[in-house]
Amino acid sequence: MFDFLDGYDVLGAFWMTVKLTAISAVGALVWGTLLAAMRVSPVPLMRGFGTVYVNVVRNIPLTVIVLFSSLGLADIFGMTMGSDDFDIQGFRLAVLSLAGYTAAFVCESIRSGINTVPIGQAEAARAIGLSFRQTLTLVVLPQAFRSVIGPLANVLIALTKNTTVAAAIGVAEAALLMKTMIENEAQVLLIGAVFAFGFVVLTLPTGLILGWLSKRLAVKR
Amino acid sequence: MSSVLYDTPGPRAKRRNILFSAVFAVLLALLLWWMWQKMDDKGQLDSALWKPFTTSEAWTTYLLPGLANTLKAAALAMVIALPLGAVFGIARLSDHRWVRGVAGTVVEFFRAIPVLLLMLFANEFYSRYTDVSSEDRPLYAVVTGLVLYNAAVLAEVVRAGILSLPRGQTEAAYAIGLRKGQTMSSILLPQAVTAMLPAIVSQLVVIVKDTALGGVMLNFPELLNSRGTLAANYANVIQSFIVVAIMFIVLNFILTSFASWLERYLRRSKRSTGAVLGAEDMEELNPAAVGGTFGTGGEGGGLPGSRTYT
Repeated sequence: MFDFLDGYDVLGAFWMTVKLTAISAVGALVWGTLLAAMRVSPVPLMRGFGTVYVNVVRNIPLTVIVLFSSLGLADIFGMTMGSDDFDIQGFRLAVLSLAGYTAAFVCESIRSGINTVPIGQAEAARAIGLSFRQTLTLVVLPQAFRSVIGPLANVLIALTKNTTVAAAIGVAEAALLMKTMIENEAQVLLIGAVFAFGFVVLTLPTGLILGWLSKRLAVKR
Repeated sequence: MSSVLYDTPGPRAKRRNILFSAVFAVLLALLLWWMWQKMDDKGQLDSALWKPFTTSEAWTTYLLPGLANTLKAAALAMVIALPLGAVFGIARLSDHRWVRGVAGTVVEFFRAIPVLLLMLFANEFYSRYTDVSSEDRPLYAVVTGLVLYNAAVLAEVVRAGILSLPRGQTEAAYAIGLRKGQTMSSILLPQAVTAMLPAIVSQLVVIVKDTALGGVMLNFPELLNSRGTLAANYANVIQSFIVVAIMFIVLNFILTSFASWLERYLRRSKRSTGAVLGAEDMEELNPAAVGGTFGTGGEGGGLPGSRTYT
């Protein structure tokens, strides 16, 4: 029944999806946290930059960003991302686009998490003489992070699904393989089911584990 | 401007802030300058490459029809997904376990799968098992994919909208002798729809963005796809990307602003019960924030907290 799987590296394609997700997630988390810090900082210019970045990036389709990274950055500006290999280049460009796009959403999640920390915490921190950086990194962010695990889990799940967009620039991940397979094989329904199942397997445990974690770690108030 | 995170700046803090501003401005300027140089190096600032966008031809032949297709697919998807989502959302609240179970499984399944997979599958499915003409097929496939995914998301919105209503509404309806169906259709849904409106409008942004997938992967002639045709004609890849990105930003910005205006308006008006599902709760990347099983624990729709910081 599953003969059609022969000759296709389904697991390899899903492994690519996992790699894309993991590396982009780390990038997005770092850049998103920085953006969130900028958006609450005392320097107006940084706040402005953060706001513009988030609003612009969130309103552009990810497909546009990914395609631009390939047709614009790579082809015209010769951004090789440190590799001449076309496949590696595509992978790195996809990671760059996904991280840049997801960071905007990470930033908004963290900012909403910052808003859940009671004002008194920040006031107390200021009262004992902590600077803005100290208030943010020692008092507010640690508490905020614990309360945004849930929203960040959603961002991660969405990122997992969004990695399929990398198929648009030929990264050999799950969606691209599914496209090839359903065009060449007879069992459309079965192939669809296999790939759907693959994504359910990837996203459902992520949601459950992080959901459990967010309940455990949330600061009880 | 001051905030809870930092004191109103005194003389030293003011000086430091100015220093930071200056450093950041310099870095930003360097980045922009570098980008400008790079564009110049590659001859991308050539006015000939930008010229097409000042002619009506580029707009009437490529960009506007593309935009029309984007809007058409988004509108169709919304119109079909909304009733479907309402049915599933209500079914998830059913008193019968099996109805709840089936609806819940369907909703969770379609939310867990990337839209692109749904689109690709629908495209191949139509080409093999139906006689949809090959020129209509991309539109059908794009709309099908969008409907399946967004109906599942909207089902959650509807569910959260209904759950966000005070319990007294249901109790009062039962007290005056309404049946379950009547309570839902004449008491709960009308109020829930009002509460959901901002969330529904902001979901449109997600749909508009996702149409672009159909353009690249299924050759559906929407805005991003028309950009390709345009760039092939005028050889202005970068420029066409910039123009198309701006079009998407403006379109989505209008939708987002409308959603938040609607939210403010509904919060102010006295006719609602005060429960409003804000646009903030319904970001694309945050579908489960309205009480999904993906573990946010936002029972009854997380109402956005007041923005105290910044």
